[in-house]
Amino acid sequence: METKTKKRMGAVIFSGYERGTAIKKALSMNREDILLEIRESKLRGRGGAGFPTSTKWMLSAAALSDEKFIICNADEGEPGTFKDRVLLIEYPELVFDGMVIAGYTIGARQGIVYLRGEYEYLYKPLQDYLETMRNDNLLGKDILGKKGFYFDITIFLGAGAYVCGEETALIESLEGHRGEARNRPPYPVNTGFMGKPTIVNNVETLATVPHIIVKGSEWYKKHGTGKSTGSKLFSVSGDCEKPGVYELLWGTKISDLLDLVGAKNTKAVQVGGASGFCYNKTHFDRALAYEDAATGGSIIIFNEGRDMLRVLDNFMEFFVDESCGQCTPCRIGNVKLLEGVKMIQKGEFTFAYINKLKELGKSMQVASKCGLGQSSSNAFLSILENFSEEIFNSQNGDSYEN
Amino acid sequence: MLVEEKNAMTEEIEQLVKKFGKKRSALLSILHGIQLKHRHISEYAQQEIARLLDIHPVEVYSVLSFFAFLNATTKDRNLVRICQTISCDMKNKENIVRAVERELNIKIGQTTSDNKFTVEYINCLGLCDEGPAMAINDQVFTKLTPEKAVKLLGKVK
Repeated sequence: METKTKKRMGAVIFSGYERGTAIKKALSMNREDILLEIRESKLRGRGGAGFPTSTKWMLSAAALSDEKFIICNADEGEPGTFKDRVLLIEYPELVFDGMVIAGYTIGARQGIVYLRGEYEYLYKPLQDYLETMRNDNLLGKDILGKKGFYFDITIFLGAGAYVCGEETALIESLEGHRGEARNRPPYPVNTGFMGKPTIVNNVETLATVPHIIVKGSEWYKKHGTGKSTGSKLFSVSGDCEKPGVYELLWGTKISDLLDLVGAKNTKAVQVGGASGFCYNKTHFDRALAYEDAATGGSIIIFNEGRDMLRVLDNFMEFFVDESCGQCTPCRIGNVKLLEGVKMIQKGEFTFAYINKLKELGKSMQVASKCGLGQSSSNAFLSILENFSEEIFNSQNGDSYEN
Repeated sequence: MLVEEKNAMTEEIEQLVKKFGKKRSALLSILHGIQLKHRHISEYAQQEIARLLDIHPVEVYSVLSFFAFLNATTKDRNLVRICQTISCDMKNKENIVRAVERELNIKIGQTTSDNKFTVEYINCLGLCDEGPAMAINDQVFTKLTPEKAVKLLGKVK
């Protein structure tokens, strides 16, 4: 694998940071002031759901408990997403400093990084990095001389389950159970890991925190749009000249991103990974932001030569594989949608049945227990809608009439 | 299993329990430890883990069967996993799969007759910008060509 050492440039995350500076500043602040700063910044979760970070922090800070936990969700499993890999390899100081600050703010003593099994090769380097932090008094007892503030971080290795990116499934797996999502409420902020108040934040969310602490929420809010403040890391792959991780401001148009990465003859863009939406050309002037084309950062580009039905087939195979099987809409629904795709591929379908499947897709969105089943039909619905001409009025249709 | 093997396994699990703690939350870490060394978690190992953590063996099996990276039956010395998800698919992962299948004379999902390789698909490895990607045991390789992939297999013992 390539390990890039070239310096990345960006407005917020890649704007330059020296290890420990945010921790030092945070420790000189009141906990309430840190919470207010985060709230003012309007930082929202970067994993994809976009839940306000300050709400999670405030609820868990307010919860009374002898023990609290900070969990860094590094179970980046969404197809087309690899920004967390880059952050953990190149900018571990941002992620870990963010965890220490979160720990100080809510009164937690232990942080856990849930690292996906596929990133096992990061386990050792990250352990070594944590050791240097301990040596420099950025972890452990009385951090940077702050009497009574203890915080340490452990790394927990997952074992190859996409669903464990869902926070309650992640916690189940940490506790030694199958990674099956819990009913919510209660939410992890008051009943999380071991039944204790727990914050589960995405790697990128935590990596943004040190910048907000050092440079202030006013500076941070200048970036992005009113509802989506700051910047976002985009993992760009597919048909383009320069795939990779890009830091762009929220509000960037899809077409601008395509220009930037050298995408030509683009037919479709999948925004938000397999669980996101597939857009055709008429949508390319839409903005990447929570209020418009929302995404956890995955951008997959398809050029004119791609068969969108094959793309959809790939996505549905993925979800059939990764559904945990706990609830029926997701377990059976995804299989039925995949069968539907195969029927269309063979040309053995009726529109009446496809319409039923679309209804099924919508039912899955409301009836599934966790985010996986609630979002897995997005690709099915958006591809069939945005590319109906290609799918129903071309080769597939022809081949079955002949 | 020979008695000595059983004793060695028990001792190993005891060590892991000591390291990660005698609690349910240590289960996945213990399973990882056994999987890493033995490439599978035998029925005996499952029973011993259950006994030492004071849970029912079926609980151990239920967790182990949930995760893609843990298995109860022996796979062989080297596990080759080729990413099948969209970005790698678009970068012609099929060609890599076919080359590996031809070279090892097996189909994907199978194990070679000398028990040297098992080849499987894996879902998104998170290397979408550098596809097609493949993992051999715990090492990952990117920007593969069929030739490069086969060469990598040759380097594995």
